[in-house]
Amino acid sequence: MSNRRNKLNWLNVYAVVYMVFLYAPVVLLPIFAFNSSTIIAFPLSGFTTEWFGVLWTTEALHNAVRNSMLVSVSTAIISTVLGLFAARAVARYTFPFQRGIMGLVMLPLVLPEIIIAVSLLIVLIQLGLSLSLWTVVLGHVLICTPFSIAVLSSAFRGLDPSMEEASFDLGETHWGTFRRVTFPLVMPGVISSLLITFTISLDEFIIAFFLTGTDVTLPVYIWSQLRFPAKLPSIMALGTILLALTVVLLILAEFFRRRSATRRGLDASTTEGLI
Amino acid sequence: MLDTEKPHARTIIDLDGVTKSFGSVQALKGITATIREGEFFSLLGPSGCGKTTLLRMIAGFEDPTTGTITIDDKPMAGIAANHRPTNMVFQSYAIFPHLSVADNVGYGLKKRRLPKADYKREVEQALAMVDLGGYGPRAAHTLSGGQRQRVALARALIMKPKVVLLDEPLSALDKKLRDQMQLELRQLQRSVGITFILVTHDQEEALIMSDRIAVMFDGQIEQLATPEELYRRPVNQRVASFIGVMNFLGAQATGSTDTHVSLDVQALGKIDIPHSGLPKGMKPEDIHRVGVRPEMMTILIDGAPSAERIVEGEVTETSYYGDMTYYSVRLNGLETPVTISMRNTAGRAVLRPGETARVGFATDSIIVFR
Amino acid sequence: MVVTFSFWTQNYLDLDTSFTLANYREAWTDPLYRELMLRSLRISLIVTIVTVLLAFPIAYHVSFHVHQRKALWLFLITVPFWTSYLLRVFLWKVILGYNGVLNSALLGLGLIDEPLSFILYNANAVVITLAHAWAPFAILPIFVALERIDRSLLEAAKDLGDGPVRSFFRVTLPLAMPGVVAATIIVLIPTVGDYITPRLVGGTEGLMISNMIQVQFGKANNAPLGAALAVSSMFIVGGISLLIFFATRKIGRGGAD
Ligand SMILES: Nc1ncnc2c1ncn2[C@@H]1O[C@H](COP(=O)(O)OP(=O)(O)O)[C@@H](O)[C@H]1O
Ligand SMILES: [Mg+2]
Repeated sequence: MSNRRNKLNWLNVYAVVYMVFLYAPVVLLPIFAFNSSTIIAFPLSGFTTEWFGVLWTTEALHNAVRNSMLVSVSTAIISTVLGLFAARAVARYTFPFQRGIMGLVMLPLVLPEIIIAVSLLIVLIQLGLSLSLWTVVLGHVLICTPFSIAVLSSAFRGLDPSMEEASFDLGETHWGTFRRVTFPLVMPGVISSLLITFTISLDEFIIAFFLTGTDVTLPVYIWSQLRFPAKLPSIMALGTILLALTVVLLILAEFFRRRSATRRGLDASTTEGLI
Repeated sequence: MLDTEKPHARTIIDLDGVTKSFGSVQALKGITATIREGEFFSLLGPSGCGKTTLLRMIAGFEDPTTGTITIDDKPMAGIAANHRPTNMVFQSYAIFPHLSVADNVGYGLKKRRLPKADYKREVEQALAMVDLGGYGPRAAHTLSGGQRQRVALARALIMKPKVVLLDEPLSALDKKLRDQMQLELRQLQRSVGITFILVTHDQEEALIMSDRIAVMFDGQIEQLATPEELYRRPVNQRVASFIGVMNFLGAQATGSTDTHVSLDVQALGKIDIPHSGLPKGMKPEDIHRVGVRPEMMTILIDGAPSAERIVEGEVTETSYYGDMTYYSVRLNGLETPVTISMRNTAGRAVLRPGETARVGFATDSIIVFR
Repeated sequence: MVVTFSFWTQNYLDLDTSFTLANYREAWTDPLYRELMLRSLRISLIVTIVTVLLAFPIAYHVSFHVHQRKALWLFLITVPFWTSYLLRVFLWKVILGYNGVLNSALLGLGLIDEPLSFILYNANAVVITLAHAWAPFAILPIFVALERIDRSLLEAAKDLGDGPVRSFFRVTLPLAMPGVVAATIIVLIPTVGDYITPRLVGGTEGLMISNMIQVQFGKANNAPLGAALAVSSMFIVGGISLLIFFATRKIGRGGAD
């Protein structure tokens, strides 16, 4: 009995230490963002919001944000639409070479990003296409679609196939069934897919670094700024804003996932679908 | 079969040589049957025999591999589910969880673009019909199993289909609710007069509810008959043992006269069967077995009422059920015991294992098999 | 595409599209590339082992000792992962640096007399940073595998007289193995190709193959050689992953017999 207690306590301690390890860098971000010194190091010198102010006046940053928004929103929409079709096809039909095709689609999930970036770069060079934000979108769609498929597949898996049949049986057309039954029921999945792909795209660096032309995205901009120590505090401020934004988006995604679980009559606290 | 046919009933569904293969699995091996307007028809059989597949083909969710399905005199080939005069109550009920009860029930009507007042009235009527008056604004996912079943039924009936298809609609309910719903469903069917086709693996349910039953095994209809006929005159051993309990005894024809076939039956001795007792097309030399229902045999106690024929045996087991007692009796000259059921009427003693029983039976309760 | 490309030759601005193995010969024989490749593999393997070892107790904790708030725990584990990768890596640089958070803290506590220097701009820093970056990818598959374990099996083991330690090694661990293998492969593959971390915290002796691939595509302007390096590393990693996969499957089978 006491043996068991000890083990439990030991695990608890470990869990706490591990969480500290996980959160260490994240916690530092806002700390340095509000620190008045230009040097990113302890001890802290004082509180300031100056660095956030700097962000307002940096033209290059605004461009990068605009570019990133364009890329991330496009990526989120395109990969979610593609994911919707793919997840629906996999959930409902069996087609020849299904496993092979799906394996190929999901491949970017396990490939190092640099390989994807390099492959795409070569393809684009060969096709004679010039690099632009759209080539970045292309690359991002490639890596985001698998995530979108994973999220939406779980939404479709939770959807009883007889729901669609019932609608069809009651005289609705295929399109009407999709609009009145399928889409509302997988809606939470669609929203979390949009949020997740948006977040991934917003944060992605390597592909954007390789495939962009003269327009840079936010991470590429940050990369270029990391070299200048004077710029660092404002980058910290920028990171803090991004962090807050991401946490809000994630909480929203989780909220929708839970709502879909409740709607399907499941226990919302289950972890199913999160993974 | 012919004696029960109502002359005025017209055919609503005609199945002609319907087969269905899923890859190498042949789920249905040639179904030919007619279903009549206004009847309560059941597809009964063990799990995996193809009942759901047949029902889904009638609904239009699957196409037959060969054969034709005709509904209301129209061949159904190429007509999708949304254009067929059938509506389905799914096993899972498939209630749309994002809609209210009223929106679920009115789902199909929306397509018909009725005036708002008519639409509301129809939905209310349909809900009242299934005893869910006032439930319209409720969210569908708050309903209980029994209520979902009613909503599914109302949602199908509101479409005024020619045929309502029900796939094991009661299997998800607990025993008590199921018994109640069996009666309600039967009454509802009578009052609306729409043809119901029920899929079930529960023989008791099929017997209680149906006008006629098609008993299916391995993708084929083994027998299509009224409940009574099915119980009294099962065409083969498989049907006989699927519906109720049947004792089988080895038998052989020893001779045949103009009116009777003489059989030599294990343990029971010589029995004469009228030719009319033989299923159509069966010759005396085909007979290898006879069957007797447990309630068709009587244990004669205290030398009391006499029976047409009497044999003796030893009681090996007694199962007391309150209103009934089931005995296992090893008849003289027979290895395996037979099952005999007795109603526990006033003053009737219960025999214990080891006691000798005198078993009486009537020769006309004997059913012959191949 | 990359594969065909890797068989070509770069002549300054033109591409010679005739088939050649020269890029591969160079990629495999040049000591520089070989050293980088081996180092990448070594670092990734260490990262993978460290990450999985650190992740297992957490996955175990959440799966077996957390009852009410599993989803919350998983959510908390994934949050840091969603913050900018670039900034996370950079912040590790801040933490591990000569005047960094860790050193100032340790100095302040009087645990050390002068700043530790072996923790930044070398392979150690890369390992720490990557173990952090890929934590959720290791925790989640292991967690899923642990969740799938039928709890009655553990009770059965206990019932048959196994102590907690024995039942862990005889029941829990073998059953969690698929998750551990998945975690290993999921972490191993991308870390070999990681670019940012070695670049930011690796110094010169922490540089990895992807940095060289990038150089070939960029400054050195020898895309075919870069492609050859990319393809080669892909194959090596793929081979190792398959090896791990089949080896553990064999062991799993052997244990089951
Ligand atoms: N979509 C399908 N694909 C492959 N086989 C199927 C499919 N649907 C049914 N079957 C097979 O057809 C047979 C009959 O199934 P079903 O009609 O569901 O039986 P029942 O409803 O009587 O239990 C079973 O062997 C089943 O495995
Ligand atoms: Mg069925």
